[in-house]
Amino acid sequence: VREGLRAYRLISAMWIRSTLAYRVSFAMTVFGTLLVTGLDFVAILLMFSQVDVLGGYTLPEVAFLYGLSATAFGIADLTIGSAGRLGSRVRDGTLDTLLVRPAPVLAQVAADRFALRRLGRITQGALVLGWSLVALDIDWTPGRVLMVPVTLLCGGAIFSAVFVAGAAFQFVAQDASEVQSAFTYGGQTLLQYPPTVFGRELVRGVTFVFPVAFVNWVPASYVLGRPYPLGLPRWAAFTSPLVALACCALAGLAWRTGLRSYRSTGS
Amino acid sequence: VATAAGVFTNTVFGLILVYTYLALWDERPHLGGYDQAQAVSFVWLGQALYATLAIQGGGFETELMERIRTGDVAIDLYRPVDLQLWWLAHDLGRALFQLVGRGVIPFAFGALVFPTALPDDPVTWLAFLVAVVLAMIVSFGIRFLVALSGFWLLDGTGALQAMVVTGIFCSGMTLPLNAFPGPLGEVVRALPWAAQLQMPADLLMGETGPLSAFAFQAVWAVALLAAGRLLQGAATRRVVVQGG
Repeated sequence: VREGLRAYRLISAMWIRSTLAYRVSFAMTVFGTLLVTGLDFVAILLMFSQVDVLGGYTLPEVAFLYGLSATAFGIADLTIGSAGRLGSRVRDGTLDTLLVRPAPVLAQVAADRFALRRLGRITQGALVLGWSLVALDIDWTPGRVLMVPVTLLCGGAIFSAVFVAGAAFQFVAQDASEVQSAFTYGGQTLLQYPPTVFGRELVRGVTFVFPVAFVNWVPASYVLGRPYPLGLPRWAAFTSPLVALACCALAGLAWRTGLRSYRSTGS
Repeated sequence: VATAAGVFTNTVFGLILVYTYLALWDERPHLGGYDQAQAVSFVWLGQALYATLAIQGGGFETELMERIRTGDVAIDLYRPVDLQLWWLAHDLGRALFQLVGRGVIPFAFGALVFPTALPDDPVTWLAFLVAVVLAMIVSFGIRFLVALSGFWLLDGTGALQAMVVTGIFCSGMTLPLNAFPGPLGEVVRALPWAAQLQMPADLLMGETGPLSAFAFQAVWAVALLAAGRLLQGAATRRVVVQGG
């Protein structure tokens, strides 16, 4: 693991240096990313220009959900999002190059073309989150205060696990980065809206089967003092770290299986 | 496989949007003149036409830009066919394939699972198909202009990014244009992006007559193609092609 982290640090540092070689272009792309990701929040604002509550949630509450989900997703996307491009490496056979290097493949894949511009997404999510914290009227107990950073970290870990599992799936499917984005971007979009909006089966699915609900819905309902639609007990909010851990373990297992089953394209 | 993956993604996003729209229209019935069934239909139409209209890019424009950057476009200009028409034919072919390959399944899924407001008279469907073809041409016109900017900018990343942002927002993919508030709504409804998704959808659901929809789309299609022609003329006359 130490070796992997070292490789990850070295490769990402290399990519950061190469991006910073063109500073203006870098600044523009960060700004561009910020705008693009900001658009879905603008859509929420537009909706709230027509209504006062959506699914029983007010604008600051939805912004809180949005901020948590977007920031957690941004963290995962920055650290490990490059793994989504694994499919093209499998297809053209360049993965072989990574296999012969004396560093863990996952670290290399995750740091491949490390895109610092994804800071734009984190910044945008954090801005919305910050605004919502100011606008919300919450009775801040120590548990609730602690819940916010813990949620961000666990959310980042859960999304990272989804990214890795998706990459592992691409060993088999090769050209299925779109399926992966259905789970990653789709999951993130889903979590921007209150759980009360969605059908019961869907909420059940993302809570127990594909547990992205622990990225923000479950912990946020604790912080906001709202009952979770499925009638989960209040202590469920504190299980996010366990869920995150389980997700990472499963993703790691999937990755290993995927990597073992890898056969090069040959010539 | 890529097409199947795309179909899956469109279905997932469609589901998410449908639920949020249902909540929105629950709160404000008849928002923008739509009822719930119409809002749902709008979502699935959007997902079905998403790839066809290349709202998030992914059509010919990246290829043309790359050819401009490398100088290969010089070969295209030699060909005994017109540059604009060549790429128009190329892009319409792609759009038609994606309409069948990526559009039909998410749309059928949506129409079966949720209550939708679709007409049962074939003439409206025929008019809808005409509107979709016009929308394809408008979409091409916009992307052709963006691609030609490569003659001056060389690196088109920024222009493409701007195109995606405005495309998603102004075409109504995030929220139907008739639900946009006040003056902002009036502006976006007059822009060419409104001809892409909003017009065919309104036509299909009987919110607008075929003649006014066709006229709106045709005006923008002609204007954009003419602008593309002018820009192409300027580019071929003035710009030195990259090459080695």
